[in-house]
Amino acid sequence: MFWLLFYSFFKSLVGKDVVVELKNDLSICGTLHSVDQYLNIKLTDISVTDPEKYPHMLSVKNCFIRGSVVRYVQLPADEVDTQLLQDAARKEAMQQKQ
Amino acid sequence: MGVRLVLTTHGVHTSCNALKLIAVVNECQNTFFRAFCLNMRLPGTVAIVTSDGRMIVGTLKGFDQTINLILDESHERVFSSTQGVEQVVLGLYIVRGDNVAVIGEIDDETDSALDLGNIRAEPLNSVVH
Repeated sequence: MFWLLFYSFFKSLVGKDVVVELKNDLSICGTLHSVDQYLNIKLTDISVTDPEKYPHMLSVKNCFIRGSVVRYVQLPADEVDTQLLQDAARKEAMQQKQ
Repeated sequence: MGVRLVLTTHGVHTSCNALKLIAVVNECQNTFFRAFCLNMRLPGTVAIVTSDGRMIVGTLKGFDQTINLILDESHERVFSSTQGVEQVVLGLYIVRGDNVAVIGEIDDETDSALDLGNIRAEPLNSVVH
């Protein structure tokens, strides 16, 4: 069974602007539209952070990103309660141990 | 329910086999991914970025939970820093989900306004896990 903590966390961020950095070094900025249990991400209204270097996605407005290729998801600091997240993660880890 | 692959000794599927395969795939129950496809105005042109850094443009005809894809009328867009974009025609393809990084919905208006011959760019990197 997948760890649902981060799935729930991302669900709470739907509608926010994020930057997803992929494992092929491409960075895509967009609005988080949806996420699933595999942490696949759908972004709408995307723009590549360096369009000169990466003109490949110029005609793409919405995209689906496979969870396995995500390196980082950059979030606005004021959208995340890090203390809450840390406590929740600790609790999940404890439960998984038992 | 997943993709029931029909392997033939002839290799490339005939158009009627392909349509049967598409029907099977669309019965799939991956609601999230399906929602992605239904949100798109089907049939939609998509741009697939693969894990080895290639970019393939085609019509998404089917998919399953592991993101295996059926792409019709596909061509690869080869980017180069020395010459314009080269389009290599591929035809009907099945792309295994392991190799898919990004699926982008192509806006046909913007795409036809692109001057591919004048775009110079390094090819995308491969995905490194």
